[in-house]
Amino acid sequence: MSDTEFEGIVASPWSGGASPFAINSKKLGMWLFIISDSLTFSALLISYAYVRLETPNWPRPFEIWPAIAKSSLMTFVLLSSSLTMVLGVNAAFNGDRKKTVRYLIATIICGIAFVGIHATEWVTLVGEGVTPWSNPFNPAAPLFGGTFFGLTGLHMLHVTIGVVYLAIIAWGFGKGKYTAEHVEVSGLYWHFVDLVWMFIFPMVYLLSVNPK
Amino acid sequence: MSSHAHTGGSTVHAPIAEPSGFIRKYIFSVDHKVIGIQYFLLALTAVVIGIVLSLLMRFHLVWPNATLPFVSGGQMSQEQYLALVTMHGTIMVFFVLTTAPQGGFGNYFLPIQIGAPDMAFPRLNMLSFWVTFLAFVCIIAAFVVPGGAPISGWTGYTPLSGLGEITGPGEGWGQTLWILSISLFCLASLLGALNFIATTIDLRAPGMSLMRLPLTVWGWFVTAILGLLAFGVLLAGGILLLLDRSAGTSFFIPAGLVVNDQLQAHSGGSPLLWQHLFWFFGHPEVYIAILPGMGVASHVLSTFARKPVYGYRAMAYAICAIGFLGFMVWGHHMFVSGMSPYSGFAFSVLTMSIGVPSAIKTFNWLGTLWGGKIQFKTPMLFALGFVSLFVSGGLSGLFLAQPAVDNMLHATYYVVAHFHLVMGVAAIFGIFAATYFWFPKMFGRMMNEPLGKIHFWFTFVGAYCIFMPMHFIGIAGGIRRYADASAVGFLAHLQPVHEFMTIAAFITGAAQLFFLCNFFYSLKFGPKASKNPWNATTLEWDTDSPPPIDNFGGHYPSVYRGPYEFSVPGAVDDFIPQWQEPAQVARVK
Repeated sequence: MSDTEFEGIVASPWSGGASPFAINSKKLGMWLFIISDSLTFSALLISYAYVRLETPNWPRPFEIWPAIAKSSLMTFVLLSSSLTMVLGVNAAFNGDRKKTVRYLIATIICGIAFVGIHATEWVTLVGEGVTPWSNPFNPAAPLFGGTFFGLTGLHMLHVTIGVVYLAIIAWGFGKGKYTAEHVEVSGLYWHFVDLVWMFIFPMVYLLSVNPK
Repeated sequence: MSSHAHTGGSTVHAPIAEPSGFIRKYIFSVDHKVIGIQYFLLALTAVVIGIVLSLLMRFHLVWPNATLPFVSGGQMSQEQYLALVTMHGTIMVFFVLTTAPQGGFGNYFLPIQIGAPDMAFPRLNMLSFWVTFLAFVCIIAAFVVPGGAPISGWTGYTPLSGLGEITGPGEGWGQTLWILSISLFCLASLLGALNFIATTIDLRAPGMSLMRLPLTVWGWFVTAILGLLAFGVLLAGGILLLLDRSAGTSFFIPAGLVVNDQLQAHSGGSPLLWQHLFWFFGHPEVYIAILPGMGVASHVLSTFARKPVYGYRAMAYAICAIGFLGFMVWGHHMFVSGMSPYSGFAFSVLTMSIGVPSAIKTFNWLGTLWGGKIQFKTPMLFALGFVSLFVSGGLSGLFLAQPAVDNMLHATYYVVAHFHLVMGVAAIFGIFAATYFWFPKMFGRMMNEPLGKIHFWFTFVGAYCIFMPMHFIGIAGGIRRYADASAVGFLAHLQPVHEFMTIAAFITGAAQLFFLCNFFYSLKFGPKASKNPWNATTLEWDTDSPPPIDNFGGHYPSVYRGPYEFSVPGAVDDFIPQWQEPAQVARVK
């Protein structure tokens, strides 16, 4: 007999009241946001792939030194920040407020370092004459700058928002205003931003290493 | 579950305090009911503007040389006509068909129908509404900025929309505001969708399993999933288009483009990229508009046929199937873009396969009506009208799904007739059915039945009088977006048909005054509504009309059965509400 015909309260996780997989609304909301945001990034990355494939001789200007070395360092810093984030969440669930805040601050510092190094990258490219509508490497591929600044810019915006978000969480958790759940949900966002970089780094940097 | 205390079948919550002060209560309210009504009133404002724009278009098509007092220069220019086309489409699709069924009724009734005190994220909900409102302000502002409203259609096709003022009046400030408005709307809808999904998954009352959700909730839930996945992609497209216009990039603009004898500096981009990004959103958007209407039609048909929905599970699965397939058919909007015939074939087959779940729904609606004790109240009439229009409009979709036929018909009025019947008018009928059905619950008063019936018959017959002849104009080669076809030799003989449609449009438009008068009169003077005036079964009828701030006045219902238990054999009443304990159901001895 199906439960539509059956009269009485159904005792399954899907019968209401309790949430499936015991996820609370805040965490579910963050997961849903991540799904939607990943579609925005996917659309941008696919657009990038589309124009890149359509353009003969897409510029590949990045030298191993300094551009790739720098961006590898950025990747390392961002990945490390994910580790400190995990340790922070762990400390939060163990109830160690001091340790949590310390790990969160370490994460924030990594985030700021990432944005800082990235900003020098931007300055270098702008100095070489790259604009959203033109570049010195191949005038027939004007979208090089647009895609580079668009993709990395949106990602940098996400990291910056993440830094502010983590600062608020660290402050609130230190004061006892927020729970370990809050720290965990902010961690989901941080790892997601990190993961997006793992797509942008190879697609924007590694595929554009100077072949010479 | 752990935070809920069980007391005799209903759960008790801490009372939610009613906010004091006008602003907290009615303007920046976090109460989903107030936000629902805000969305509804926004859509009502938008639909009035949208109808006026369409009437101006119909007028211009028949009397292109008439002098109009409010048009600068007296006569409407072709560009002004295109601005009307653009703004009518944009306002109707985004601010009416997306806003009213989902933002309005979904916000108001989804939490109540699942037995929740509010949405999962009330403050996010408030934010969604106000960002939507800001988007509406932006689109309306496009009318008054220098150059006026944009002319690139509701699809904002590039390169027309990407180059700025050179492509025409309205393509400067107006188009920028359009993109801004749509991007804001995407953001608001994303946040709203996230909220709907979390609410449906997390906040259902004890006993409210997925297979006991009212079909309206299924409609809103799947619509929210579509919104979550589709709006993010349009947002990306909006960002790129904005960069093209203001940062000098050329994502969507090809090399060597000459506009008005001027070679454009842009190069490297592709207009097709915009079409892909837009229609990846645009096709799910069609279902975002119609799925809530399907839910409402099922709900209302069952209530007024006094019969359970025929094949409830099939109905729920069909909604999911339509939502899933909706993401794989965007290419059928691009058959004439020069796509590979193999892609065209794949998109064509997938598109036609949507006919299967759609037919399941239609057969089950008819099965629900079969042998029922039908009560022809106004909401029922509009639900029946919904089924009629959905079938009439859907059938022409089968023709358009064939690339070979679509090549012939794509630029004609046939397409206009198709999507207006199946997505526009059908969805509007869903909104009307919902309004007449839930008005007593939302405002505590009944609407006037005779006025409602007059409104229905004028609108129903009127809609067919406007859009049926449009199919024939399309087959005869009548090209859409032409501001004046009377001067085109092979189209001149179709002018009498256009005249008939325009007269029908004006009569149908005027008939909407029956609705507006009925709505505002009943708001103040309608007879008081009881808790459950339609003898319906779902949870919203378990509470006062209108519901208290926490929806159920301190107690929360538990759910004991499916949502459509009408005319159950052996029961005394012809309906058993979801909240009634099995022991309390009166049975025939």
